[in-house]
Amino acid sequence: MTHHLTAGPAVSAGPAPTPAAPARRRAGTGRKWLEIALFAGPALIVFVTFVIAPVVLAGVYSLYNWNGLGPLERFIGLDNYVRALTDPLFLTAIGNNFTILIASVLIQGPLAISIALLLNRKLPGRSVIRALIFVPYVLAEVIAGLSWKLLLSPRGGVNALLEAMGLGEFTQPWLANPDIALWVMFSILTWKYLGFAILLMLAGLQGVPEELHEAAAIDGANWWQIQTRITLPLLAPTIRIWIFLSMIGSLQLFDMVWVTTKGGPVGATNTMAVYLIQYGQGQYGYGSAIAVILFVISLAVALVYQRFAMRRDLAGAVTSGVR
Amino acid sequence: MNKRAATRWAAIAAVSVTVGALAACAPSDDTAGEGDNVTIRWWHNATSDPLQGLWADVAAEFEAANPGVTVEVTGYQNEDLQRTLIPNALQSGDAPDVFQVWPGGEVRAQAEAGYLRDLTDDAADLIAEIGGATAPWQVDGRQYALPFSFGITGIWYNTELFAQAGIDSAPETLDDLIDANEALKAEGITPLAVGAGDLWPAGHWWYQFALNACSVETLQSAIPARDFDDPCWVEAGENLEAFLETEPFNDGFLATPAQTGADSSAGLVANGNVAMEFMGPWNSGVIGSLTADAEVPEFLSWFPFPTVAGGEGDPTVTMGGGDGFGVSADAPDIAVELLKYIHSAEVQQRFAETGAGIAAHPAAADSLEDPNLQQIADGLAGSSFVQLWLDSALGPEFGNPLNQAIVNIFGGVGTPEDVVTALKDTAAAL
Repeated sequence: MTHHLTAGPAVSAGPAPTPAAPARRRAGTGRKWLEIALFAGPALIVFVTFVIAPVVLAGVYSLYNWNGLGPLERFIGLDNYVRALTDPLFLTAIGNNFTILIASVLIQGPLAISIALLLNRKLPGRSVIRALIFVPYVLAEVIAGLSWKLLLSPRGGVNALLEAMGLGEFTQPWLANPDIALWVMFSILTWKYLGFAILLMLAGLQGVPEELHEAAAIDGANWWQIQTRITLPLLAPTIRIWIFLSMIGSLQLFDMVWVTTKGGPVGATNTMAVYLIQYGQGQYGYGSAIAVILFVISLAVALVYQRFAMRRDLAGAVTSGVR
Repeated sequence: MNKRAATRWAAIAAVSVTVGALAACAPSDDTAGEGDNVTIRWWHNATSDPLQGLWADVAAEFEAANPGVTVEVTGYQNEDLQRTLIPNALQSGDAPDVFQVWPGGEVRAQAEAGYLRDLTDDAADLIAEIGGATAPWQVDGRQYALPFSFGITGIWYNTELFAQAGIDSAPETLDDLIDANEALKAEGITPLAVGAGDLWPAGHWWYQFALNACSVETLQSAIPARDFDDPCWVEAGENLEAFLETEPFNDGFLATPAQTGADSSAGLVANGNVAMEFMGPWNSGVIGSLTADAEVPEFLSWFPFPTVAGGEGDPTVTMGGGDGFGVSADAPDIAVELLKYIHSAEVQQRFAETGAGIAAHPAAADSLEDPNLQQIADGLAGSSFVQLWLDSALGPEFGNPLNQAIVNIFGGVGTPEDVVTALKDTAAAL
């Protein structure tokens, strides 16, 4: 056990003229740990203070009935968790998060891959199209959200456009109709984040060697066969990473919803994070329980996905079981 | 040293450094209040003139009258101040000396946690002068903050659109209001705007129906006891449902905000798109800020909420609330003097003259110049009892569950019973 910790390249710079091997080993070990403490210590302290400690504290607060004022003294066990998981509004919020997650993967993914494949060909104006597709992603969430909120309001631009096109019967209070609000929200999210997905896919496509396409073409493969047999398999690591980012983003979704609907109408676009802000007010224990549930769900999804889908991409990471 | 032991030592070292760093962050003893030079920190919610300027003047005058006293006065956005800044400051032991305190549940929570100074004896004369408006800031008969403004919620309306629809007098009963709505609709005018996207404006409709359904005794006993077994709480929702069936509200009200932009409920009234809005006494300022010329429109007027037939409610009971200031339990004594100066008849008269609101002090009644505020003041004077807005009265924990359950009735997905269930569930979890 001690063997691989003894003086390696890291301490070889030190003058160690003493003869006794055990003594040298001890001195070398001490130095090594000093260096680790010096280099990793500050980062570790910041990490523990601002990441680990708050997570642990949220777990502690979640077991109390606490209004944020006064001492932490009314221990109520798991009541906050029971309350959250029996509140239909919170269950709707979890359902909405997963609806957006699944819809993102099933709709945004294929869309982004198709557009990336298209933009990877030689097209007139390709660089302009690439830049334009990326514009929504560059906009701040609040600005994009407010713009859509104004456009989609009953007197907004979208309805005015429909009227002008003679499609008056399709006008809607888009974000106020509980039947469609979640899908309107999903459309805004797609508009906002599709550019990022396309950018990732385009970057992934740069890593597909041109020679393979040429070889396949010589062997008589058509464009469609080349894409499905060569490009997509080689793009798979990028797709898996994008799915991972998209899933985490869907589960943590807050800002766009908060700016456009605050989770309404009647909870139709509520998400876990929006519910946390609304119902954590004056109830820090309950809010902490929601935060812990959100954390556990995100962590579970991330770990399961890493373990099964990204095993090869992340060899050596925490969850890579089989080696 | 093996790896495990080394890890343990590193962890111990890291933890001790962390603890040391945190200890170094702890505040040193606050010496404010001792010696000649005292600094008073005063937080309020005025972020624009005229009120921000008035408070700055008041602070400067107090400094001039009390040599050695410095008043640091800062205005913060209302919800940030009340929901984030003040709770954090109180919890961290670094509270401002004088700060805005919401009435009802919030003043109760802060007083019970020992953060507020009991003003009952220190400001006894002033409390007597201000009178009934001080009640919402009392906890178990003790006074923990004083109001500087107080008003009631009523219906803001567009006199020009009323004239166009041939309505010649303000509705006095709910049936009059429904008739007026139909007359407006016949002219193609949307009768009422409600910002249900923000939840609480829809909540105010239910609160008002609860005031009409419940007796004053029920209101006064049920709210502190958080006991909602009286059938009047269900009746309130049933009356609201019946009113909603007449479809009086603007299109898309479920996603309409209250105060931001031309498409908000206030913006719809400000720009002549909708005839009425049921809203608190601050609304003329909000409506004024949402017009093209940033002036309060001439067509704007106000009438008290119409009476509702049936129910045990007293028609002279109105709904309202206000803004007040309290003093931190740790504040130096001179902070109480500043509080008394802020609420003195002289400063309250100047507050009324600015038109920022209705002063709580009766001596300032004649200084009110704004015609809409005068109408509200008349309505207030005619009230036998003013019920604080129910979400404020019940406390911050109730706000969202209650208002969401009410909005569900607006959206056709909730029942009157659901609102009472939400109230009982929230009370049970306290």
